Amino acid sequence: MMLVLVALLVWGAAWWLNTRLAEGPQAGTRPVRLAVPLIFGATILVVWELVVRGLEVPLVILPAPSLIAARFAGSLPILWADFVQTFVKGALSGYLIGCGAAFVMAVAVDRSEFLRLGLLPVGNFVAALPIVGTAPILVMWFGFDWQSKAAVVVVMVFFPMLVNTVAGLRETTAMQRDLMETYAASYWQSFFKLRLPAAMPFIFNGLKISTTLALIGAIVAEFFGSPTLGMGFRISTSVGQLALDMVWAEIVVAALAGTLFYGLVALIEHHVTFWHPSQRR
Amino acid sequence: MKSLLAVLTVLAVIVGLWYAACVPMNIHGVLVAAERGGAVVEPADGAARRGMSGVSLALKNRFAVPETWAQERPRLPAPHQVAIELWDTTVMKKITSKRSLVYHGWVTLSATLLGFGIGTVLGVLLAVGIVHSRVMDMSVMPWAIVSQTIPIIALAPMIIVVLYSVGVQGIIPKAVISAYLSFFPVVVGMVKGLRSPDAMQLDLLRTYNASQGETFWKLRLPASMPYLFASLKIGIAASLVGAIVGELPTGAVSGLGARLLAGSYYGQTVQIWSALFGAAILAACLVGLLGVIERLVLKRMGMA
Repeated sequence: MMLVLVALLVWGAAWWLNTRLAEGPQAGTRPVRLAVPLIFGATILVVWELVVRGLEVPLVILPAPSLIAARFAGSLPILWADFVQTFVKGALSGYLIGCGAAFVMAVAVDRSEFLRLGLLPVGNFVAALPIVGTAPILVMWFGFDWQSKAAVVVVMVFFPMLVNTVAGLRETTAMQRDLMETYAASYWQSFFKLRLPAAMPFIFNGLKISTTLALIGAIVAEFFGSPTLGMGFRISTSVGQLALDMVWAEIVVAALAGTLFYGLVALIEHHVTFWHPSQRR
Repeated sequence: MKSLLAVLTVLAVIVGLWYAACVPMNIHGVLVAAERGGAVVEPADGAARRGMSGVSLALKNRFAVPETWAQERPRLPAPHQVAIELWDTTVMKKITSKRSLVYHGWVTLSATLLGFGIGTVLGVLLAVGIVHSRVMDMSVMPWAIVSQTIPIIALAPMIIVVLYSVGVQGIIPKAVISAYLSFFPVVVGMVKGLRSPDAMQLDLLRTYNASQGETFWKLRLPASMPYLFASLKIGIAASLVGAIVGELPTGAVSGLGARLLAGSYYGQTVQIWSALFGAAILAACLVGLLGVIERLVLKRMGMA
């Protein structure tokens, strides 16, 4: 019970500190803007640890963060192998193929008004469907290894990417396109010099949405069958063995991978679309 | 009119491609069955056939092509097979039957709706807190955004096991996953919406001497509606995915996810495809319904 009281005290103290920081004179500065969420995150971890230990919550319900960290540090080779199998082989290759194919398709759609009118509503519709359900079919077709996971990812990222890219390629105004025409620019010249740069914010929006979808697709596809490694496989078997610390370790890996992947795409976006109003500070 | 024609053309092309794809996908199995039935198959050696592509096999054995659209367990069922299975399992079966897709759809839908309701209410409440408290904004909001980049689905099996071990099972664990998935889109969209009134409008209310509560009810909340509906549409689609995925790791016996899993165990492709289309139709109906509500609400508020 003592530890729970300590947890409450820690929570109160951290909240008080955060209130002071957020409403203090330094509130707008960069260190404070970074510190406040970090203090909040650390508080949650500390309170979690204290409450779990204080109430003696069994491991099968909620392992303490320290146990998860120990398990994480103790099984780095397994986690790394799972990461390579699911993320690098499954999610990343599917992401590249799917986004690439969607981009090529979007350029084709952009050249034909009829295709745009016909394909875009269908694409918008498909993008909202639970496409992750195709996983069992694709696992059946492409086997248990990473190829089927990549196929699921391709299907999942294709339509969001297509819809965003087509919308982006139409972003230029009639005036700008007319100007290119008065320069006697060919289709591809005006494509590379005007419409592709103008489409970049939309393309990156599609790429960012796809990062999460890719990981979800690769992990869920492993629930339908996988070789004896991979994040989805490890999660479902560890849950079966009630080794929840292992599950949490995999979740930490998934969270890190997802955040870093998203962050990397956002970083590239920042350098490519530095001119866009949303990037101004 | 023109766009309707275009959409129909694209759909027709998709169905045509689908039928065409059935031929090379299924021809191997069809030829094995035909050989057992006594037909003359070219080439006669089964091992040689396995190495050949589906297209060249189909060209050599044209008689077998219609069969590729009528197999019982095809690798790729033809569109009409899926349509017939959908019709049989929805309209022709009693909806209380365990073999009815309506029954399975309802199991998933009820979890989706419960989770979506919980997620939306909590999301709106958190958004209100974030807009009115600077501390919450600075500490919670970055984590809400980071959490969108995490494959939350990874949590699904664990949530189900944890809740099962404390004696909760059935609809609640799935609803928790659904709620989790719809929660963050709603928070992010609602915060954006509640912040959407500009300084001029907020100043106007200040000159009226409006209290914070009045500003909230009369300006911020109405202004946030378009943003709320945009996130609700994303949220309900995510909720449905959550409910379906929530059915996978437990070995649940009912629900669309359970249908998918059972179909994948027993190689019942037609069943998988019909469950998939059932889920797609359900998602489309839910998003469409929200679209209708959105139009009615915005019209009534004079915003559309």
